[in-house]
Amino acid sequence: MDEELAICKKVLPFYSTRHHLIPVLQELQSKIGYLPEKVIVEVSRHLRVPASDVYAVASFYDQFRLQPLGRKRIAVCRGTACHVRGAPQILKRIEAMTNLKEGETSPDLEYTLETVGCIGCCALAPCVRVNKEVFGEMSPERVAELFDVFGEEDGNA
Amino acid sequence: MPKGETTIFVCQGTGCVSGGSTELYSLLEAELAGAGAGNVRLKRTGCHGFCQQGPVVVIGPERVFYVKVEPADAKEIVAAILAEEKPVQRLLYRDPVTGSIIPHYHDIPFYREQERVILRNCGNIDPEDVDDYLAAGGYRALTRALKEMTREEIIEEVKRSGLRGLGGAGFSAGRKWEACYRASGNEKFVICNGDEGDPGAFQDRSVMEGDPHSILEGMAIAGYAIGANKGYIYVRAEYPLAVHRLKTAVKQAGERGFLGRNILGSGFDFDIEIFQGAGAFVCGESTALVRSIEGYRGLPRPLPRPRTSEAGLWGKPTLLNNVKTLASVPHIILQGADWFAARGTERSKGTAVFSLTGKVVNCGLIEVPMGASLRKIIFEIGGGIQGNKTFKAVQTGGPSGGCLPAEMLDIPVDFDSLTSAGSIMGSGGMVILDENTCMVDLARYFLDFTQRESCGQCIPCRLGTRQMFTILDDITKGQGRPGDIELLVELGGIIARGSLCGLGKTVPNPVLTTIRYFRAEYEAHIYEHRCPAGVCQM
Ligand SMILES: Cc1cc2nc3c(=O)[nH]c(=O)nc-3n(C[C@H](O)[C@H](O)[C@H](O)COP(=O)(O)O)c2cc1C
Repeated sequence: MDEELAICKKVLPFYSTRHHLIPVLQELQSKIGYLPEKVIVEVSRHLRVPASDVYAVASFYDQFRLQPLGRKRIAVCRGTACHVRGAPQILKRIEAMTNLKEGETSPDLEYTLETVGCIGCCALAPCVRVNKEVFGEMSPERVAELFDVFGEEDGNA
Repeated sequence: MPKGETTIFVCQGTGCVSGGSTELYSLLEAELAGAGAGNVRLKRTGCHGFCQQGPVVVIGPERVFYVKVEPADAKEIVAAILAEEKPVQRLLYRDPVTGSIIPHYHDIPFYREQERVILRNCGNIDPEDVDDYLAAGGYRALTRALKEMTREEIIEEVKRSGLRGLGGAGFSAGRKWEACYRASGNEKFVICNGDEGDPGAFQDRSVMEGDPHSILEGMAIAGYAIGANKGYIYVRAEYPLAVHRLKTAVKQAGERGFLGRNILGSGFDFDIEIFQGAGAFVCGESTALVRSIEGYRGLPRPLPRPRTSEAGLWGKPTLLNNVKTLASVPHIILQGADWFAARGTERSKGTAVFSLTGKVVNCGLIEVPMGASLRKIIFEIGGGIQGNKTFKAVQTGGPSGGCLPAEMLDIPVDFDSLTSAGSIMGSGGMVILDENTCMVDLARYFLDFTQRESCGQCIPCRLGTRQMFTILDDITKGQGRPGDIELLVELGGIIARGSLCGLGKTVPNPVLTTIRYFRAEYEAHIYEHRCPAGVCQM
């Protein structure tokens, strides 16, 4: 059996009702990295929720991805504090460095560039999050430094 | 420093963690173990609120305040304590205005002018240790409520305290509780709204991370009062640390018998489940939040509809309160409605917590009595504007709020004054703007946010926000047309009147207030193709 279906088989028995739809999608995405079509179909069968409904929920919420993400997930915060302290310039700089636009993933799956509503680190604005780590008090110059510290960890994990 | 009983408090809020405080904690632990310093305690705490100065370390009991501490400083910190020497001078806080060193926490203007009720435990207890919460008086309010008070008395006390919902709308908490109590049905729910969707705000996150038990205690008291046995905490997707701390707290509270079956022998059962949001601003709205927990898209319910307090989660009576509203409850039960109501103004009682950010010198989390003036918050606590620039405006209430100019600095910060000035109290975001902020760009920023976050269900909001954004985008690019300002005002009125939910009804606020107070700036963009703040490139 393929790996993604094997993960579904392990995860799904812990969930049983429609109320679990968002939590189950969150758990599967955290294990698989995104929500492939076959996973949506599995969830639909298991929870007895129409696949169109599962898809509707998966596509409504920003957290869910229907495409695989890069190993390094760069999220530029676009909270208000970050905005007034220069987040747009930082986004531009990272776009230029990675050759990606907001929302895109590089073809080699190395980087995904996204923006996020607010990380909640407003006192350290502007902020950038790489995978799970938050970097505060960014500047267009310090963005280059960021690329040095990117470790080997995987954004999908 | 005296050797007696010293505690090292290491902040482990999200801000300080991003500055390396986890490693700092481990190194301090190793240093202490190496030195065999049994009389020095090391403690992890939640957010101290002064995130900009992080990582923050406080040495007690005198509360020496170290700022911007690096992991490498661990050795020196421990050595100074053990040798009973003076604190490490270079780590002490230096007042950015006067340049002088202020060694103690309570003397620092940022803290001195605050009054901490909701945040009282944040930074002083280990949020992952229920014993710390108990030592600070935790769960005594729940004990009193269950053993000494009737359900009606609790509701009366909350009503009498004048507590108003701190999630933004400011609805009387006591009246909401009463409505849920009166609603018929044998199954009811309590939901804590920890969605905190406003960009530029982190006060709810700090409470969830720094003092999670106070929320659980407030929810259990609420559950008992209205007759609910199940509670949910809806936490924003972007807050993994808050989720972890809340889950730990629920587990520990259960083990100690403060949650679960037959709490404290009273016969009352109450369980709490943590539900993680999935990144949709609109899910902070009551009916959308409920749909989200049920497993649907977060679409607010069209009017007419029953109140959530009558038919909420799965159609059952549901009490929805903000994190800070619920965290205020234990204090009210324990110290009484009169104690609580002694703070604040005639119609807004208690305290307000703000995330003070933007171009202000001291950024961080603050708590003041309702009615404190904007001037006091920004210039005394906040220390004024960074880099000797001039104050231009303050934004409160996030995408549903507005921008107030310097002429408004002396208005009291409470629900009604802010509303009559055209902004709102909101959940607690307060972003300070200086001369280098372009108000048109800021309005465009908020509309960009809301047009992405509009759920798309109703046309005024879905298309209206898009139109407003396009007009603002044109203006910031130097392509504004005469009549655009009037068009924005007209559109704003239509969207506010025609939208289904609170999102659409308040979306025009950032645009309407900036037009009201900074019209000349719009005109400069449109008629002179010039951005006075130098932000827009055209
Ligand atoms: C679009 C929208 C977003 C909201 N977001 C939040 C939020 O993030 N947190 C919150 O507590 N209330 C939020 N609210 C307000 C809630 O609907 C509700 O009034 C509040 O949670 C009630 O709690 P309170 O009475 O304790 O304030 C939002 C409302 C709207 C219309």
